[in-house]
Formats: sequence, C-alpha cells, structure tokens
Amino acid sequence: MAKEKKGVRLEHISKIYKDPKTGKDFYAVKDTSLNIEPGTFVTLLGPSGCGKTTTLRMIAGFESPDEGEIYLGNEAINELTPNKRDTAMVFQSYALLPHYNIFDNVAYGLKLRKFPKDVIKEKVTRILELVELSGMESRMTNQLSGGQQQRVALARALVIEPSVLLFDEPLSNLDAKLRVQMRTEIRRIQQEVGITAIYVTHDQSEAMAISDKIIIMDKGVVAQMGTPQEIYYHPVNEFVADFIGEANFLRGPMVGREGKYAVLEVEGNRTCVEYSDKMKEGETYTMVLRPEAATLADEGSLPCRVVLSCFMGSYQNYHVMVGNTLVKLEEKNPKNKKIYNVGDECFLKFEAESVHVL
Amino acid sequence: MASAQSARLDKKKLLADPIMVTTIILLIAFLTLFILYPLAILLVDSVVGDGGFSFSVFKRVFKIPTFTTAITNTLKVGFVVGIFATAVGLLFAYVEIYVRINKFAGGLFKVVSMLPVVSPPFVLSLSVIMLFGKSGLITRYLFKIYDNSVYGFWGIVVVQSLTFFPVCYMMFRGLLKNIDPSLEEAARDMGASRMKVFTSVTLPLLLPGIGNAFLVTFIESIADFANPMIIGGSYDTLATTIYLQITGAYDKAGASAMAVVLLCITLAMFAVQKYVLEKKSTATLTGKASRARMLIEDKSVRIPLTTICSLGALFVILMYICVPIGALFPTWGYKFFPFTFKWFNQVFTKYKGFKAFKDSFVLSFISAPITALLSMIISYLVVKRKFKAKGFIEAVSMLAMAVPGTVLGVGYIRGFSGGIFRTGFMQGLYGTGAILVIVFIIRSLPTGTRSGIAALRQIDKSIEESAYDMGADSFKVFTTVTLPLIKDSFLSGLVTAFVRSITAISAIILLVTPSYLLITVQINEFAEKGAYGLACAFASILILITYGAVLIMNTIIKHFGTSRAIKEVD
Repeated sequence: MAKEKKGVRLEHISKIYKDPKTGKDFYAVKDTSLNIEPGTFVTLLGPSGCGKTTTLRMIAGFESPDEGEIYLGNEAINELTPNKRDTAMVFQSYALLPHYNIFDNVAYGLKLRKFPKDVIKEKVTRILELVELSGMESRMTNQLSGGQQQRVALARALVIEPSVLLFDEPLSNLDAKLRVQMRTEIRRIQQEVGITAIYVTHDQSEAMAISDKIIIMDKGVVAQMGTPQEIYYHPVNEFVADFIGEANFLRGPMVGREGKYAVLEVEGNRTCVEYSDKMKEGETYTMVLRPEAATLADEGSLPCRVVLSCFMGSYQNYHVMVGNTLVKLEEKNPKNKKIYNVGDECFLKFEAESVHVL
Repeated sequence: MASAQSARLDKKKLLADPIMVTTIILLIAFLTLFILYPLAILLVDSVVGDGGFSFSVFKRVFKIPTFTTAITNTLKVGFVVGIFATAVGLLFAYVEIYVRINKFAGGLFKVVSMLPVVSPPFVLSLSVIMLFGKSGLITRYLFKIYDNSVYGFWGIVVVQSLTFFPVCYMMFRGLLKNIDPSLEEAARDMGASRMKVFTSVTLPLLLPGIGNAFLVTFIESIADFANPMIIGGSYDTLATTIYLQITGAYDKAGASAMAVVLLCITLAMFAVQKYVLEKKSTATLTGKASRARMLIEDKSVRIPLTTICSLGALFVILMYICVPIGALFPTWGYKFFPFTFKWFNQVFTKYKGFKAFKDSFVLSFISAPITALLSMIISYLVVKRKFKAKGFIEAVSMLAMAVPGTVLGVGYIRGFSGGIFRTGFMQGLYGTGAILVIVFIIRSLPTGTRSGIAALRQIDKSIEESAYDMGADSFKVFTTVTLPLIKDSFLSGLVTAFVRSITAISAIILLVTPSYLLITVQINEFAEKGAYGLACAFASILILITYGAVLIMNTIIKHFGTSRAIKEVD
C-alpha cells in the first residue's frame, strides 16, 4: 500500500448536545486539540460518556463539530460527508451487510470506487489472506463466528486503503479470550500495513496492549496524551492515575528536603518522595502508589495495619490501613515470602522512585 | 453561537447529496399538496365566504338537525364499538397467549387475524343483512321472525365490532407477548389466584394499551363510511351525512364545514392516542420475556375460553363465507335454490363488470408500488437520517392516518376541482385517474410508513453507517443496503397498499367520475338499491382478488425473503 500516510489533527473541537431530559445544552466534547502522527496507533480511552466515541464519529463525519476544525493530513475535512472522507471505520457491532456474502462485503467499497472486476478480486483475495479468512469468500455473514465477522469488518475497512482506520470499540462484543487474540492481530495488521489508526475503547488493558499512544478522555476533555508508560508511571491527575491500573493515593504536606528527595508527612509519618522543582514546602501533595510498587515488611517507611489478606495464586492481595487511608497491595510471587494476616501491624515498604507525586 | 457551526456543517453535508435533497423537497411538496393543502382548504372554505371571514356556514350546518344527530350518532357508535372491539380483541389475545389451545382453534385464530387484511369494507354488512335482516336466513327461515330490522345503531355496532376487533386482537397479542411471565409468576408465588393475577398484574400493565386500542377503534369507527352506508339505514353518521350533503344536497360549503367537525374529532382522538397512550403502553411493557410462559392447562379455564373464542371465530368466518354463497341464490331472501351463476353472469354481461375490475385493478396496481416505495423512503428518512424537515415529514405522514377518507375526499373536491386555490392551475388533475391514484397512495401511506419504520428500527444503525463510511452516497445506501434489508416489509407494504386501494371507498366515492368504474363503488351502488345478489357477486370476486394478492405475497416472501438472514445476525 504505497500510499502517503496521513495524520489527523483536531483543533479546538467541541460538540454540544441537548440533554433530552432537562433540555439544556452540554458539551460532549469540549475544546479538544489533538495531533495524531501519521502511521501511529492511537487509542481514545475513557469511561462511558467521556466523549471518545463522539470524537471518533466526528473524525468519520457522522457528527459535525460545533466548534473547531478537523484536518486529515493538511486538508480541512469539516464539510466532507462520511463517504467523501478518506477514513474507514470498524464498528462495534461489525455492521456487516447481512444480505451479502463475505466477498461482496469486502468488495463493497471497491465496487463503489468503480475498480475493474479483476482488480477487485485480487485486492479482496489479498486482504482476506491478511486477515486469515481465505476460502471463506462465499460464506454468508451469519455463518461466521464473532471473531471472524470482526475480521471481515477489518478487511472491508482495510481494502479501500484509507488514510486513517477508525475503530469503535471493535472487540467489546467478543469473549475475553478472543478479545486478547484479536487485539494482537489488529496490532500486527496495523503495523504490517503501516496505517494511521484511531481506536476507541474503555478497556485499559486493551489500550495498553496495542497503542503507540493513549489519549485519556474525561468529561469531554483530554486528560492526558502519552505513551502507555508515560500514562501509567506519570499520570497528570488522580483521574488518570485511577483510571489506568489501580492506584493508591496518600496525601500530606511537604515538610522538608533530604538530598534529592522531598519529605512528606503522611498520616503523621514522614516519608521520602522524588523532589521536583515545582514542589514547595507547606503545600499538600498526593502520592500515587501502584499496588505492585510496595510490599509489606517488618520495617519500612509507613506503619500500617492489615485489614484483608487474601491468596490469589500469582499474588497475595492485601488491604492495609495507613492511618485513615486504605491502601491496596499486590505482593507478587508470595510462595516463599512472609504472609501477614488480618490484624498484623507492619510497615509499607517502597522506593521513593516508584512513587509518583501529584 | 457555537451550535450554529454543526447546523451549518450538517446542512452542507446534506446539500452535497443532491439526490437526497431532491427527494426531500419532492416529498415535502407531495405531502403538502395532497395532505395539508386539501385539509387547509376545507378550513378556509368553511370560515371564509363571500362576505369575508365568518362562522355563518358553521352556524348554518349546526342548524341542520340531521347533522347534529349525526354527531351524537357517530360518537355513540364509536364509543360502543370501541368497547366491544377492545373487549373481544383482548379476550382473543389473552386466550392465544395464555391458554393452551389446540391446533384447530389456533388455525381459526390465524384466519381471524388475517381477515382485516383481505376484507373489503362492506362484506360484513352484506352478510349481516343476509343472515339477520328482514328476509335473513337465520332470522326468517330459522327462527321465523319476520320483522327483524338490522338497519340502524345495533347493525352498525355489530358489523363494526366484528370488522375492527381483529385489529385490537393483533395489538394486544403484541403487548401480552412482551409481559415478562416472571411478573405473573411472582404474583402467583405470593398467593394470588389466577383471577387476582389478571386483575392486579396483567390488567394494570395493559391499561394504557387498552386505552390505545379503544381509541384506535373509535377513530376507525367514526371514519368508517362503507358500513354505516349499507347497514345504517336512516341512522346517519358523520361520514354518510357529509357524503349525502355533497351528493344529495349539492352543498359543498356545508359539507366542508361538516368535514372540519369530523376532522377535529378524529384529530383530537388521534393526538391523545399518539402522544399520551401509545408512549405509555410501550413504556410499561418493554421487558422481553425471560422465558416461555407456562400456559394455562386447567380445563375449567381452558375449555370455556377456547370454546367461546372458537365459536366467535367460526361465526366471523361464516359471515365471510356467506357472501359468495349469497351471490349464488337465484333471488335474495326469497328463492335460494338451485344455486345459479346468473349474478356473476350479469356482473360481466350487463353491468360492465370487466371494466370495473380492470379499472380498480389497474389503478391499484399503479398506486401500490408507488405507495410502498414512498413509505420506505419516508421511513428511511425518519429513522436513519437527521435533517430539519424530518419532523414535518413524519408528522404529516402520520396525520394522514387520522384523516377520515370522507374528509379527504371533500378536501380534494374543494381543493382541486377548480385547480389549486381555484386559480385553474392543475385543474386538469381533477376527474382523472391520476387523482384517484394519488388518493389511493395517500390513504395507504400511513400504514406502509408505520410498518417500514418498525422494520427499520430493528436494523442496527451502524450497518448503514458502515456503507456510508465505505463511500456510498444516500441513494446507494438506500438501494444497496436499506431496501434489501427491509425487502419483506417492502413486499408486504406493496400488497397491503394494493389491497387497501382496491377495497377503498370512502374518499374515492366522492371523487370518481363516470369514466372510471370501481368495484367498491359498484358494490355500494347495488347494495344501496337492494340488489344484494349483484353486490355479493362483485364482493366475492373482490375477495378472491385480494386473497390471491396476499397468497402471492406470502409465497414470494417465503422464497425471496431476507428476514431469516437478518434475524440471525441480530
């Protein structure tokens, strides 16, 4: 597919809907600016109602933005109808045409583009090979499993060689195992083709597994955009930290410095975190502690009391109280480690570098 | 303002689709010209006379005693018929859904549910007269009653109830199916008797639906023209009074005012039904049955209920069979044997039967595909697209449902006989076959649109979106995706439109000119004259045609239908 790769740019995009109950206007998407690099796989991630699907549908052209401009490559596409946009979408419900067989479904877009018959045949055959559905051409859509149907949908979108591929929660109708398998496959095909892909999901592990970049959305605005690592280790706020993975929040004022560390007073105890220039003494900060970033020990930085201790196989699940704050921990590979029981008094042990400060 | 941009963009996108824009504009023009304009002209005509704006025409018609009695008559009939039809319909639906019935009864139920589709309007009136009239088979020859009169209030009530109850039955069947059996099982489990379950669970859940069915029947009853015409005798309803005002008294202005009154009544009913009850009745019953219902096996319930319903169904079927048999009697009500084909012969030899069938058939045959296509286009626009005039299109095509045929007929006379706004423009339309075709289309459009909308709502929106996204414009989406997916609905719409057109009378009878002979008008004429043998012969052939059309449709759907493939995807 020797086609120039195109990125997608959103400039101050807003979408306003009317609340059907109150009749009031509200922002489904508010003043969102994004720059999606050509050839990257970008995921829009967020809870339901955060505006991620609306954003995707605006890029596809099904919805019109109330403010701002959308660019595909360098072309402003606000005024183009979906059929005139160089994008192709893979739908949550597959949206295959039930009255066509697999071949005709995949060939649909090519026929509309008036390709000669032999070219269509060749392209469809090649793309079905890519999604590993060769030999299924004459089947009807209802004779395929969910995973296969989604592959047809993907093939149908890929075959017209769009500049951008759009995915609207494509795996949420599949069972858990198939989901994992399909997402690997989607990633493989995207990298093979080298196409720009925008992927909407509410499943964070899916987002982590396939994306070059993740865009976290909350209440119509972009909360953070970054690589999966950036988002996981350096969330910009509590919402992002909480939404991606599990997070414990411990709050306290900064009371001093110790070399390259800042000292926070959390629940009456002092503990060290990484210091940054922005931190000031006397201000209150929030420590983001991932469950796997700390362990329980007989001595450490913060005293705590165990309120739940539960064997989960690959890890021991603890809930401990640090003062009045509940902290959830996962102790990996607990086989030869000391197990603390409910009621035990002990310490949280972690390295200052494993803690992110907000 | 912010949202102006999306409105502007949506408009731009719409304009980029010339076929769609043209379709919308033509559709709006068509609906305005043939639904809104005739109704508006009635209103204008009845208040604007030579001396400017006045209510003098209304004052005049309200002084006509036959008109005021007609109003009370119509409402009385509508009310009683509404109650009867709803009750009988509910009984049938309840027995079908709740009681274990045998195959025979099940078959009877199926026939009953199909009857309103194929039945020409006056068949039941004819058979009631034939069975229970002065020289009725049952009254005179079985019970030796010589002075029984079926004409009048009770005649209309019986005939209309029998005509309309299958519609209620179908409505209730849909509603009852949607009641989750576990609700009733929970009530049973807590100690309620079957009767108590019915009165405390089932009935309250159905209440809005009952109101809905009642009003639908009420509207049908007051809009009905054919039955009161034949069996009403001197008991005039609004529809027949308006007809007589035009054909007998030649008072077109008066008829307009009367039509406005009738229209107001049906519109008010329709508004209540549409916006209050219909929403409520579906809102309370959205639950899908979690599992199959335990059917009532108890003999003390089963046997009486099944017997009553089966007898009722048999009776209705008997009434329909009477018509072709009646056409074979040598002299109606006097000499029954030996059977003769002389009436059928006369239909074709003496009374231009062939022309009547040809005219009716051709006009209906032209209007049916147009109606079916139009209603599919309207449903597509209403369900799948968003644009400014959508509300207008939806409202006007639904409005047509509430307009009685007689009112529409008067509206067309007033609106088109002198050209549009009496300017002479498009005057040529009046009196032609084209206007009859248009009336057929308008009269069948709401039913088709309603079934089209229901069918389209079943289809996942993203299927069309995906085609659009792949590069198809609206026209392509409609022809390659939407239409194939609702092929069944389209085909049945086609036949429904055909059957409705070929059996239509109320609006047509006011507009037909001597150059066209229509079967229904012929039946009405002969029944009026008391030539029941001829009327029955015409009606029998009409039943044959409509039944044949339905049979053909069912075969086609069975062989070429798409519903199976789509349903399995869902």
